[in-house]
Amino acid sequence: MRVTITVNGQQQTADDVWEGESLLYVLRERLGLPGSKNACEQGECGSCTVRLDGVPVCACLVAAGQAEGREVVTVEGLAQGERLSPVQQAFVDAGAVQCGFCTPGLVVAADELLERTPSPSDGDIREALSGNLCRCTGYEKIMDAVRLAAARRQEAV
Amino acid sequence: MEFLRPATWQEALAAKAAHPAALPIAGGTDVMVEINFDHRRPEHLLDLTRIGELYEWEAAGDTIALGASVPYARIMTELRDDLPGLALAAHTVASPQIRNRGGVGGNLGTASPAGDAHPALLAAGAEVEAESVRGSRRIPIDEFFTGVKRNALADDELIRAVHIRRAAGPQQFSKVGTRNAMVIAVCAFGLALHPDTRTVRTGIGSAAPTPVRAMAAEGFLNAALADGGFWDDPRTLTPSVAREFAELCAGACNPIDDVRGSADYRRHAVGVMARRTLGWAWESYRGTGRTERGAA
Amino acid sequence: MSEVTRIPTDLVQGATGHAGVGASTLRPDGVLKVTGEFAYSSDLWHEDMLWGHTLRSPHAHAEIVSLDISEALAQAGVHAVLTYDDLPSDVKHYGLECRDTPALADGVVRYHGEPVALVAADHPETARRAAHKIRVEYRELPLVTDEATATAPDAPVLHPHREDGHAAHVPHPNILHRQPIVRGDVASAAARADVVVTGDYEFGMQDQAFLGPESGLAVPAEDGGVDLYVATQWLHSDLRQIAPVLGLPEDKVRMTLSGVGGAFGGREDLSMQIHACLLALRTGRPVKMVYDRYESFFGHVHRHPARLHYEHGATKDGRLTHIKCRIVLDGGAYASSTPAVVGNAASLSAGPYVVDDVELEAVGLYTNNPPCGAMRGFGAVQACFAYEAQMDKLAAAVGMDPVEFRRLNAMSQGAVMPTGQRVDSPAPVAELLRRVKAMPMPPERQWESAGGAADVRALPGGLSNTTHGEGVVRGVGYAVGIKNVGFSEGFDDYSTARVRLEVLNGEAVATVHTAMAEVGQGGVTVLAQIARTELGVQQVTLIPADTRVGSAGSTSASRQTYVTGGAVKHTCEAVRERVLELGRRTQGTYHPAWATAELLLEGGKVVTDGGEVLADLAELLADGEPVDIELEFRHRPTEAFDVRTGQGNGHVQYAFAAHRAVVEVDTELGLVKVVELACAQDVGKAINPLSVVGQIQGGSTQGLGVAVMEEILVDPATAKVRNPSFTDYLIPTILDTPPIPVDVLELADPHAPYGLRGAGEAPTLSSTPAVVAAIRAATGLDLTRVPVRPEALTGTRGD
Repeated sequence: MRVTITVNGQQQTADDVWEGESLLYVLRERLGLPGSKNACEQGECGSCTVRLDGVPVCACLVAAGQAEGREVVTVEGLAQGERLSPVQQAFVDAGAVQCGFCTPGLVVAADELLERTPSPSDGDIREALSGNLCRCTGYEKIMDAVRLAAARRQEAV
Repeated sequence: MEFLRPATWQEALAAKAAHPAALPIAGGTDVMVEINFDHRRPEHLLDLTRIGELYEWEAAGDTIALGASVPYARIMTELRDDLPGLALAAHTVASPQIRNRGGVGGNLGTASPAGDAHPALLAAGAEVEAESVRGSRRIPIDEFFTGVKRNALADDELIRAVHIRRAAGPQQFSKVGTRNAMVIAVCAFGLALHPDTRTVRTGIGSAAPTPVRAMAAEGFLNAALADGGFWDDPRTLTPSVAREFAELCAGACNPIDDVRGSADYRRHAVGVMARRTLGWAWESYRGTGRTERGAA
Repeated sequence: MSEVTRIPTDLVQGATGHAGVGASTLRPDGVLKVTGEFAYSSDLWHEDMLWGHTLRSPHAHAEIVSLDISEALAQAGVHAVLTYDDLPSDVKHYGLECRDTPALADGVVRYHGEPVALVAADHPETARRAAHKIRVEYRELPLVTDEATATAPDAPVLHPHREDGHAAHVPHPNILHRQPIVRGDVASAAARADVVVTGDYEFGMQDQAFLGPESGLAVPAEDGGVDLYVATQWLHSDLRQIAPVLGLPEDKVRMTLSGVGGAFGGREDLSMQIHACLLALRTGRPVKMVYDRYESFFGHVHRHPARLHYEHGATKDGRLTHIKCRIVLDGGAYASSTPAVVGNAASLSAGPYVVDDVELEAVGLYTNNPPCGAMRGFGAVQACFAYEAQMDKLAAAVGMDPVEFRRLNAMSQGAVMPTGQRVDSPAPVAELLRRVKAMPMPPERQWESAGGAADVRALPGGLSNTTHGEGVVRGVGYAVGIKNVGFSEGFDDYSTARVRLEVLNGEAVATVHTAMAEVGQGGVTVLAQIARTELGVQQVTLIPADTRVGSAGSTSASRQTYVTGGAVKHTCEAVRERVLELGRRTQGTYHPAWATAELLLEGGKVVTDGGEVLADLAELLADGEPVDIELEFRHRPTEAFDVRTGQGNGHVQYAFAAHRAVVEVDTELGLVKVVELACAQDVGKAINPLSVVGQIQGGSTQGLGVAVMEEILVDPATAKVRNPSFTDYLIPTILDTPPIPVDVLELADPHAPYGLRGAGEAPTLSSTPAVVAAIRAATGLDLTRVPVRPEALTGTRGD
């Protein structure tokens, strides 16, 4: 089947999509956007988190056909040109990235958290990111990164 | 595989009538896992995400009509006063990403004994609105679960909404998992006080082939509360009453050993959760309940 | 043929200010990783590519009676179906230490999930459907699942034609390796003991659970060879195993490291490497393979589950008298790195303590359980859980504080290991314990707000709303561990670095090329720092790791900063010497200091140790060729352990970490919340303080995971894996992981580059026993098995 999706503001079309394909597969293998990651494909790790009509979801659990006509924002859509988003920059600066496989999902989720809750408590951060597994960092520097991004966003306002 | 994309509820019913084996998909949180892992290859996927009314809820008298696809995240925030038990249960579902996408209709469709919504629906008292081209019917939640991952839906029926009585009293929900977030229930317990009818209802998840109510425990507690005049004079609950209630709830379980936990532990944990949730709900009824941050 | 896309690119990192050794420079791949542009092995893509798929055994031990691929091969879109009979070379087996693993099942399957056949097709779904059409008839065989069934009189011998070097020294052919360590006189020492404690412990099978699945792309080449892009821990070890099975010389298998989504030991063995190459060579098309999470649980080895029996004795004033132990490690169906794990387990089984009289033994089994091999901590983890439990029991028995008891018996520099090896660099075991104990304690009842409300997120059970404080009891536990760094037992452990210094746009810049696998640890960060420090440049380019340069050895054993860092340092020194020669030759006559002073490269200039500038590097190198050198670097040689006594200088360096865990346990439901996990570790020299703290926090969290939740469950009746998914194999979420304050010591090891000490593994050891000790303190229970399940905490029957 043919699927047309607006991804990061651009309308994109994929042909010959098998009906059982996920949005994640279409993004990664058909639309040239492998930033969303394929760590579990069962909604248990958050590595494929994208915004679907603004809402963070696991792209692995969205059937390709369900994304037809919808707006998707992936990790590739967060930076403005060369300028990283505050969450992206904070992840680099705080040492929150090791292998980085969880990073795309985490920055999408954290970005949405700060949009919703500009000054989150540690409990809020932990709850908002509790669907994103990281195996490398022990999460401490991810906490640092989100706190840093929140502080910088506040300063910028 | 064919991907059916009805634009309206009527189209969806027609599609389901034409293809009774079609697999409905909304949040995708169960269906896509089965497809990704090659556990299921339906001839037809029936996408329900374009049908707006499934994403709406409305209050009608003392009942909330909850569209089958209203995501858990919205139940948590929008219905925490009307459906506190379900809102608490919704908060324990998987992860924020899943809660943004999954809804009660999918939980009921899958009818897993571990579905998080089920104990809350059993405790609150709910009716499942099932519809087909033949017509619409309301299935009492007590009759909905018919076996492991089996429910009372006919092949041509879809779940349109769940009708749940608005809470007339405190409700609680508790779930044991071996992780502090994003975990499938080892077992779960829902409890609702219904001061208007002077009854207590319960729901037990993941501790029997289907979600079940602890009928004997309810009967015992209803009698104890009535006999002691507790509803009119809400004193601290007699510890022996809470203990007996908990034991009867544990006794209502018919669990199995599996990778998530042992039968013996499940029975034990249901008893603990029953005692604790009763305590919280009762203290709340007495007006002394502490608010629980992060709990709903 | 069109190009492969999403392959790794050069990492070019400039710098301002101090960005050399000791600075917390940021990762050169950080921006690529936060933008989604970093090219992982599962991202590889080629326009003409096919998808490879593996058919795996549903049985743990069975004979393949018949295998019919005709229906699968006939399916539209299928380009190849391969079985054992299609293997092109006389060499059909591979293995890290023993060549015992068939590339595809050789008529017998020995574990659940063993690869039986391969499919290449135009879409993953086509390949899956075709795999379902392969008809395999199995005849199930009796199972070997533990030591008793492995060594029973009628036990099936799983590898009857063993050719490995251990075969001659083992009591039974299903015992892969046995390493005794005997020192002193245990009988006499035991007679001096006022108290003796014994214990039996069990350590569950842990999975590395790296997030990036096994994946890669094999591209057939016109010369009959193949280009393989893959995520691995050691390119050259892969190459040595792959090429013979393909029937190709090593120079026709060109490997490039693609982005690696974590490893933790699980990528030390081959997974899809040979399979993708076989399919690519057969079809003449590029072949991509990507495991899903289910397959990943079968696609790599796990941490050895272990049963451990210990006896410790002490005098009433708290001095250890003796230790006896026996550790049984289940290696599963194939050897992987089991022999080296056995060597580690045995040689480190006494812990970081002074004890002269020991009888220690570790054995590794062949069974029909999932193959086990390398995982962070490598044999030292299981032992640490047991000996630290013993130390607590012993402290209680002599009536001492557990930390003081450990400090009294702690080893220090100069101590002699049970192997007879003298510890010849700092061993600050007592100091680490003192420091971790001195850290401020987290406040009580942090889950309670001022108004008395409970925040369930901070309580055991978390979001599941199981307690508002009821049944919650706090406990505190301590542990310390010892881990070897680098490859041991006489292994020729080296790394290679190629370094080029040249002038670009008027600036002297360095290019570093190694085959080191960056798996997330931050090796690329520290290699650039080392080049800056040694060559006085700011801009460093890191070329993707591949097999055009010599081996870097494995990214394991906490060794890469030491060994490949050492190789970059060593090669940079040679480059610097060449530059200085050039300077002496061309400019020596202008300034006497060229001949007399100690010269350094700093800030793009040649300077004397007194700080006088002699030349500008850019000018010095402007007219000549770039200086370009490739050299190997080795750490001090080690020796094999004696097969009967275990004596020998087997290890090159030891690492130490200590933890204090604070937990809150819901004692009624048996649920645990780790409130804080403090760590103190000696890293010799923190090349990058930010990164090393990240390593310690990550390692600590993996230890926490196995303490309370992580275990691959294998059905003892069928040897089948029961929970191969992230739904049922649970790793800690951010709500399970507490603040992890870290106190880093830097006591230089004079034998190591910059005095550094390998850091990645030690924190994984002591984290587990510290958490369990804290749970024991909270509950009063004698917990002898990890992970600690709710059943064990509630006195309910287990599964």
